[in-house]
Amino acid sequence: MPEQEIDVALTVNGTPRTARVPARRLLSDCLRHDLGYTGTHVGCEHGVCGACTVLVDGQPMRSCLLFAVSVDGAKVTTVEGCRAPDGGLGPVQQAFQDCHGLQCGFCTPGFVTTITAYLRENPAPTEAQAREAIGGNLCRCTGYQNIVASVLRAAELLDRVDQA
Amino acid sequence: MTTRMFGEPIPRREDPRLVAGNGRYLDDLGEDAVGVAFVRSPYAHARVVDVDVTAALDVDGLIAIYTYEDLDGRVAEPLPLLIPHPALRAPRTGYPLARDAVRHVGEAVVMVVATDRYVAEDVVERIRVHYEPLPVVVGIEAALRAERSVHPDVPDNVAAHLVQEVGDARAAIAAAPHRLRLDLDIERSASMPMEGKGVYARWDAADRSLRVYSSTQTSTSLRFALGAKLGIPVDRVEVVTPDVGGGFGVKIVHPWPEEVLVPWAAIRLGRPVKWVEDRREHFISSAHERGQRHTVEVGFDDEGRLHGLDVEFAHDNGAYTPYGIIVPVITSTQLLGPYKPGAYRVEFRSVYTNTVQVTPYRGAGRPQGVFAMERTMDAVAAHLGLDRALVRERNFIQPDEMPYDHGLIFQDGRPLIYDSGDYPAMLEKVKKLVGWDGFAAYREQARAEGRRVGIGLACYVEGTGVGPYEGAHVRVETTGEVVVATGLTSQGQGHDTVFAQIAAAELGVPVERVTVVTGDTRRFKYAVGTFASRAAVMSGNAVALAARKVRAKALRIAGEALEADAGDLEIVEGEVRVKGTPQVGIPLKTVAVLANPLRYAFDEETQRATQFVVGGGVDRPPVEEDDEPGLEATDYYSPLRSTFAAGAHAAVVETDPETAETKVLRYCVVHDCGRLINPRIVEGQIHGGVAQGVGGALYERIVYDGDGQLLNASYMDFLIPYASEVPVVETDHLQTPSPLNPLGVKGAGEAGVIPGAAVLAAAIEDAEGIRIHRMPISPAELWQLRQEAER
Repeated sequence: MPEQEIDVALTVNGTPRTARVPARRLLSDCLRHDLGYTGTHVGCEHGVCGACTVLVDGQPMRSCLLFAVSVDGAKVTTVEGCRAPDGGLGPVQQAFQDCHGLQCGFCTPGFVTTITAYLRENPAPTEAQAREAIGGNLCRCTGYQNIVASVLRAAELLDRVDQA
Repeated sequence: MTTRMFGEPIPRREDPRLVAGNGRYLDDLGEDAVGVAFVRSPYAHARVVDVDVTAALDVDGLIAIYTYEDLDGRVAEPLPLLIPHPALRAPRTGYPLARDAVRHVGEAVVMVVATDRYVAEDVVERIRVHYEPLPVVVGIEAALRAERSVHPDVPDNVAAHLVQEVGDARAAIAAAPHRLRLDLDIERSASMPMEGKGVYARWDAADRSLRVYSSTQTSTSLRFALGAKLGIPVDRVEVVTPDVGGGFGVKIVHPWPEEVLVPWAAIRLGRPVKWVEDRREHFISSAHERGQRHTVEVGFDDEGRLHGLDVEFAHDNGAYTPYGIIVPVITSTQLLGPYKPGAYRVEFRSVYTNTVQVTPYRGAGRPQGVFAMERTMDAVAAHLGLDRALVRERNFIQPDEMPYDHGLIFQDGRPLIYDSGDYPAMLEKVKKLVGWDGFAAYREQARAEGRRVGIGLACYVEGTGVGPYEGAHVRVETTGEVVVATGLTSQGQGHDTVFAQIAAAELGVPVERVTVVTGDTRRFKYAVGTFASRAAVMSGNAVALAARKVRAKALRIAGEALEADAGDLEIVEGEVRVKGTPQVGIPLKTVAVLANPLRYAFDEETQRATQFVVGGGVDRPPVEEDDEPGLEATDYYSPLRSTFAAGAHAAVVETDPETAETKVLRYCVVHDCGRLINPRIVEGQIHGGVAQGVGGALYERIVYDGDGQLLNASYMDFLIPYASEVPVVETDHLQTPSPLNPLGVKGAGEAGVIPGAAVLAAAIEDAEGIRIHRMPISPAELWQLRQEAER
């Protein structure tokens, strides 16, 4: 018997999008394979690594632990939506390049979204707070030191944007 | 534009793409491909009696189900033994799909192709496989007892047995003033890249050509393997490595069962097929490493100088040996580190168990060897009541003894000869960095406050840049852009940046004008792969050599155009100029136009190279006999033998008196990888390696029960450190250039991980006053050791 499919409407990075998906379709798969936002990566499919983190109505969530139908109507921000308004790199993205905060880049989208949400609430973290902020995401390449530095650098860049 | 060159810590060129979500990893490709899932064995050892697919056939979206019986030609043969070795007397490799028996949990038995992965997994659930369980061998002890065997025709479970000896070690130990024996254990861990494996294949039936994308560490070698397996001329096979989400060794193995089956199915079905490994599959069906058990006997004098060292160890190679015995061979040779062991004897047995196969994971046998040697150094120091650093210093190979021949055969089949290094300077630097000499006072002060702190030290030498070769192609386009192609692959090492830096430096062009292609057989067909800290050494030098050829050709052509001697020319900011007369010059892009005599122009620039425009003599052919059109060149770098990097790590730990939790307070690294191409990238490599070293020492272990079930096959249970567990790494560099290659570089990729277990064991031992002889060590295990020590 063919699977029942359900219409889902999402606003992804500010753009209204719709998809017709089975109820079991993960939000991560819907974003990646139905809507083409392949910047969101899937590292473990059980919510531990954080690579798939996206912002759902502004809150960081693991898209591999959500069904697409369960967030019908939500505003979703992926790494592609963390760009600067002019289309260039956003402050968190720029900070990762400035601080060599990535190597293979596979976990990076989950860090970028997580840090974007964190800095909205905590615009001037200490180094210890920056480390704590990324404490739920796994990276196998960098040893985190330069990701901590990227959080601090992003806060600096955001501060500059705010003052401008 | 800036002309930034060799040695500068420039930002990575690949980053803008990757941080913005525009990377192209394997599963970002092939939206039109159908999905694949596998029925994998739930038993560690069993006969496959029957496969019943009846209940699966009416699943909507099912495309195909394949078992071993369906495989044909060479696909039905065992997977290749990649690296044969005379000591590997009983090599065994698996089949793409289990033939009659399964030998570890996770071995693929049935392949399912369906409209997508969800449906394929539905089908997998409905397939019934009838297994007849067989006795299981788990762990080195059980393998060596040989009451049961993994392969019926290998009754002793011994895949390989190798002895290497320099001098009479046993006699030297017997005659030495002091003797010690150590029994040491290192448990299993795994590479665990954040992106698992994946394969996507397209067969063009009309063109009779195959394109395969794979998340691999070697595209060129996979191409040859696929051509052979599938019976397709290699000229009709392309293998492309997209962005790869980490490798750390596991992706150098090839062809994986899935790398054969996915293209095979794509050809059979006439449609694109893609398989993307999930995390559980990666745990139970890729590869692990590290598991070894060592017995060390050492003889030494009152000064702590070694007279003889005798090491016997057993290496758990899991169920199959596709990668040969590279890991234990490396352990047995790299164990010696920066030291002169006196007489040395090493003997190992590599044994089969009903567990996932063991192939290199970053460090590739070195962490175990360094653990054995450094534990020995600490034991010698403790026995004599000497400073641990002093004992190491007394056993160092001295700079004036370079090149130093250990008299052993290394993993490349060539003599183990260290090319350069300054180990005393390295030790001095790390002692200063960590504050070694003042630590005793700090330890006492902490003790008085009820805290337990300890310091450890570990040194290593790493053979890097193994051959046989790598090559590169460098081309200057008529736009002035420089395109570099090399065959080895990238998994996050920043090759797009460092190879561009090398080409830019050699050619005198801004680094922004250089683009780099790696791991694409359409662009470069001959290569080995990215492993063994070899990319910077091998492809780095190949890029330099190819760029030098291009430079020479550019100077010759420009010299003709400028009527100047090529020796009087230089290339600055992409322009060939007369030295000392910078106003007389010709842009490199114009030289590129002139390098390709044209009959047909395609734009205004190229009109300058057509036959009625180009002047000059008519007594020579437009392209000289020994010349080729185009401002481009290919060259290869093939080293005589490996170049040896080195380092010293020092760590300070605090152990909790109540919970026995270990916290790393400081982690210092002094590292010597010869000349640095990009210090920022080298430091990044060290940071990441250290994190894996800390993981391997304190958290990560692959746990099998007696039935061969992998108990922690998830990120919930296999503890990769988060930011909260990884210390800040303090680094200092020493640069002892390699005399073996034109750039003077040595490899840096694995360095950070190698002494991790050794240095943390030493620091915990120092904090606790309890001998540490196995790694990793959990709080529960340390607590247990405390209880035993009190009894």
